[in-house]
Amino acid sequence: MIPAPFTYQRASSVDEALELAARAGEDAKFLAGGHSLMPLMKLRLAVPETLIDIGRLGELSYVRADDGHIAVGALTTHDDIARSDLLASELPLLAHAASQIGDPQVRHCGTIGGSLAHSDPAADLPAVAVALGATFVARGRRSGTREIAAGDFFLSLFETVLEPGELLTEIRIPKPQSAGWSFQKFAKRGIDWAIVGVAVQGPNVALVNMGSTPIRARGVEQALAAGSGPREAAAHAAEGTSASDDLNGPRAYREHLARVLVGRALAEAASRG
Amino acid sequence: MKVTVTVNGGEVAAEVADRTLLVHFLRDVAGLTATNVGCDTSSCGACTVLLDGRSVKSCTVLAAQADGRQVTTVEGLSSGSEELHPVQQAFRAEHGLQCGFCTPGMVMASVSLLAENPSPTEDEVRSALEGNLCRCTGYHNIVRAVLAAASERRPS
Ligand SMILES: Cc1cc2nc3c(=O)[nH]c(=O)nc-3n(C[C@H](O)[C@H](O)[C@H](O)COP(=O)(O)OP(=O)(O)OC[C@H]3O[C@@H](n4cnc5c(N)ncnc54)[C@H](O)[C@@H]3O)c2cc1C
Ligand code: FES
Ligand code: FES
Repeated sequence: MIPAPFTYQRASSVDEALELAARAGEDAKFLAGGHSLMPLMKLRLAVPETLIDIGRLGELSYVRADDGHIAVGALTTHDDIARSDLLASELPLLAHAASQIGDPQVRHCGTIGGSLAHSDPAADLPAVAVALGATFVARGRRSGTREIAAGDFFLSLFETVLEPGELLTEIRIPKPQSAGWSFQKFAKRGIDWAIVGVAVQGPNVALVNMGSTPIRARGVEQALAAGSGPREAAAHAAEGTSASDDLNGPRAYREHLARVLVGRALAEAASRG
Repeated sequence: MKVTVTVNGGEVAAEVADRTLLVHFLRDVAGLTATNVGCDTSSCGACTVLLDGRSVKSCTVLAAQADGRQVTTVEGLSSGSEELHPVQQAFRAEHGLQCGFCTPGMVMASVSLLAENPSPTEDEVRSALEGNLCRCTGYHNIVRAVLAAASERRPS
């Protein structure tokens, strides 16, 4: 299987990437790690005319502590995130979730920015970013630099608020107020995507694959705020969700999984809090 | 486009279509056919090679993405059957292969693991090989081989 023909261009700076994207127009796509885009292109489910390789923008690969928040460059790989000492101590939820993505080969290539921009509801990091209350920084030739809250970023399957040619550059994550965290992912085999997943940081609970975007489990959060224990609160996990029916399981099964996994996640988070 | 990759220490340069995948560059242009295509969908790991020292699935990387970089295939690990790399040696000693189809990928994934973590536990070896499927040997001997290679390399 090979992708349909396209023109390959490589950007050596953020400015050049934006410039190339503006010139190539709507049928261009950025190529980061390629581990979501290339499989789709090989299946001819994506047929971009131009690929703009941003994979060598070393300036966008970093993890650092800034004023009151941690900044992660959009091109930082899952593997670098999983191995970051700073993240292990400041944002263990992010480091741990990244270590659970796919397999080592996937983590060596895939990037946090690619995972977020791709907006696959089965992906892990979008829900983690939502649970952490992250803010995304994007740069576009027309829109300039803007900040987008994680909760406003995802529109639906493969769709975000990013405009064509707009580049995600940085993920900013406030230092958590409350230390308890947990990441639960239920999959059939180690390498598989989550059938359902849960990310918890303090009072925030976000679900993987329970709708067309990552969603906050508001019912659970409200129950916790009102003083419910983990088990009672977890009973609200499927409220307001719209999980799909597919080969991996019917909707009712996903709803059941959401309640079970949220229960486990809250118990684990409480033990770490 | 013109792609130049340092493969197993030697430069391979060719004019290829932009959409050429790294695995095809290695097999058809460089003539190194040990790297196999199994699933062709990023799942099986048969196509695993090292890109700048880290394991990647070469069916999911463009040759253009490897331009100017270093690639190591299983052919680059040793000079011939007389002088095997410790990981290859361990696969042979521990019966870590049967038909051999998954082996080049398994060996490269293991080499990448041992570079990152020279003394892995059994659990760590199993997790590190999650992206490599074997349809005939079964995994026990493969895991045993990686652990044997690790203890071989550790100065005792
Ligand atoms: C076998 C396998 C198993 C996997 N398992 C999991 C899993 O368990 N959990 C999980 O979460 N993911 C999984 N993934 C997906 C993996 O994490 C991808 O790497 C990730 O989703 C996409 O990142 P990328 O850098 O490869 O992006 P690419 O594939 O390069 O790009 C994806 C999309 O985002 C756009 N894009 C990329 N970077 C930017 C940017 N900076 N700004 C704007 N747009 C951008 C691209 O144009 C493209 O549309 C798996 C993938 C494979 C192949
Ligand atoms: S052929 Fe590349 S992962 Fe199977
Ligand atoms: S040895 Fe035959 S597939 Fe692994």
